[in-house]
Amino acid sequence: MSTSTDLTLAIEDLTVSFDGFKAVDDLNLYIDKNELHVVIGPNGAGKTTVLDLICGKTKASSGSIKFLNKELTELAEHEIVRSGVGRKFQTPSIYENLTVFENLEVSYPYGRSVLGSLFFKRDQNVIDKIHEIAKEIMLDDALDTESALLSHGQKQWLEIGMLLIQDPQLLMLDEPVAGMSVKEREQTGDLLKKISKGRSVLVIEHDMDFVAQIAQKVTVLHQGKILAAGQMEKVQNDPKVIEVYLGH
Amino acid sequence: MSFVYNKLMGGKEGLTGFILLALLVLVVFPLCLDLFRLNLVGKYLTYAFPAISLVLLWGYGGILSLGQGIFFGLGGYGMAMFLKLEASSPENTAIQSTPGIPDFMDWNQLTELPWFWEPFGSFAFTIAAILIIPAAFAYIIGAAMFKRRVGGVYFAIITQVIAVILTILIVGQQGYTGGINGITDLRTLNGWDMTSDYAKYLFYLINCALLLGVIVLSRFILTSKFGSLLLAIRDKEDRVRFSGYDVSNFKIFVFCFAALISAIGGAMFTLQVGFMSPSFVGIVPSIEMVIFAAVGGRMSLIGVVYGTLLINFGKTAFSESFPELWLFLMGGLFISVVMFFPNGLAGLWQDYGHHITDRFKFITRLFKRKESLPLDDTAKSELAN
Ligand SMILES: Nc1ncnc2c1ncn2[C@@H]1O[C@H](COP(=O)(O)OP(=O)(O)OP(=O)(O)O)[C@@H](O)[C@H]1O
Ligand SMILES: [Mg+2]
Repeated sequence: MSTSTDLTLAIEDLTVSFDGFKAVDDLNLYIDKNELHVVIGPNGAGKTTVLDLICGKTKASSGSIKFLNKELTELAEHEIVRSGVGRKFQTPSIYENLTVFENLEVSYPYGRSVLGSLFFKRDQNVIDKIHEIAKEIMLDDALDTESALLSHGQKQWLEIGMLLIQDPQLLMLDEPVAGMSVKEREQTGDLLKKISKGRSVLVIEHDMDFVAQIAQKVTVLHQGKILAAGQMEKVQNDPKVIEVYLGH
Repeated sequence: MSFVYNKLMGGKEGLTGFILLALLVLVVFPLCLDLFRLNLVGKYLTYAFPAISLVLLWGYGGILSLGQGIFFGLGGYGMAMFLKLEASSPENTAIQSTPGIPDFMDWNQLTELPWFWEPFGSFAFTIAAILIIPAAFAYIIGAAMFKRRVGGVYFAIITQVIAVILTILIVGQQGYTGGINGITDLRTLNGWDMTSDYAKYLFYLINCALLLGVIVLSRFILTSKFGSLLLAIRDKEDRVRFSGYDVSNFKIFVFCFAALISAIGGAMFTLQVGFMSPSFVGIVPSIEMVIFAAVGGRMSLIGVVYGTLLINFGKTAFSESFPELWLFLMGGLFISVVMFFPNGLAGLWQDYGHHITDRFKFITRLFKRKESLPLDDTAKSELAN
């Protein structure tokens, strides 16, 4: 299956089993350039596991994951990131002891080797870039704040910012609006629309209203398999989907 | 200038602390202590090297090593081997059945110098070995552990086990290592009497200079992006990994650097104390080093030096009168520090130190007033000269 495509992400026949339990089962998923793709599904459907597989946190039992025609299943985590895949974790994962500025600086994609980081210079380019990203994630007033003091929603944004500063071609966000207020959800929706220009975004979400607000294409995952896929409206009215997911 | 100030000294607070420490060890101690006690302080200060290494490794990196004695010992033994060979010239050892080899080898029926002792006849090789071998050994341990993602308690236990094995090896291989007594009777360095008063002062000062140098170098590492990354790895290792860093390389580097520092301390120990033995390698010294760091403040390069001094003064004072009690006291101290003052002495200073510094504000005020005064004519002409 070494066909060359112009897809950003092509997942084919992907399976992972944990002691015989198939958390992801023969999955096929394609994401186009500039596409904002949402994966929904009930708890335990295997959504987070799909992201784990893409970014190398979990090794696939079989199948292939091609990112810009490059096979990812063979690569180490940091190599996957360096080839242009960014991933936000389900629970906000930031460095609580560092300031917002330092969080972004640590994520800045230069000085990634030991020596590089020892002699990394905080020059004007770095500072400008950090300010630019901070503005985008609405944290430009909080640059010197210790990030432990941020609100839950701001922490989510900060983690998104830490990915944006690396300018990934594929951005994967695991439940970005979990625990956010209504207003924060709206702001996050706008942010997602803005940042999905010029890159592909894969979002995992529970919140249906939020999905309706942002989604172009939706895939419904259930017990590790795809239950339905397509435009949001079509999926929402699919009887199978209503039964397993939207029904309750 | 701002590079030196911010990166090497750690800003205003770091600079003040550094100057105070430098004054204490370079001026106050030599002026106030007799040579015997100064030599004792010099010995304590060699323990500050592994304590500082634990600031980087444990305080910042979150990697608890219970085996820094390994590297302290390797450094110390390297230096001791060189000095012992010098002390074992054929003339000095003429009464042995095999003259020209260290006495303990002769006692153990060895008839020639083991191959790995040979190169330690060269001072240059010895210095290189002290700087390279412990770090290389740390690299092997680090690569084996961190690439496999072994960390936390497992790593601590493994370092502890290696320290035990090394001690057993040294004690068991008497003929090659001097066994439980260690390597003793070290008197001259390149023909120069190490036991003279002058030599003791000189070693003390070299030791202080190296210690201050190590603090500056460590400060540079901690204020670089590498330092932020260490903290980041400690708090959220996965986030760092999924930001494109090969985390294991960072851990290996800091472990090697920690080994290097500890080895320098070990070598200075041998020079000042005049012997090296397995009792500075194993579990007890390794854990003591962790206690020095914990009490001094594991996030503070300067604090751990005070922690080391304080505990060792206490140990000397206490263990003379109540030797059995000392271990319990130290254990209790360690537990209470970890539970109630996680940042140790440095944390206490940060929280309460301003009560003391406020009293001495008048000093800075004096200086400030002088600066703001317009220069009078004599001062101007002095400046012109
Ligand atoms: N490393 C693992 N070992 C064993 N089982 C696992 C592992 N990772 C995930 N699982 C199992 O795989 C299934 C899918 O989990 P996953 O976290 O992907 O679900 P999810 O769709 O993200 O759910 P949620 O909406 O609750 O986040 C669950 O039953 C989980 O227990
Ligand atoms: Mg999940």
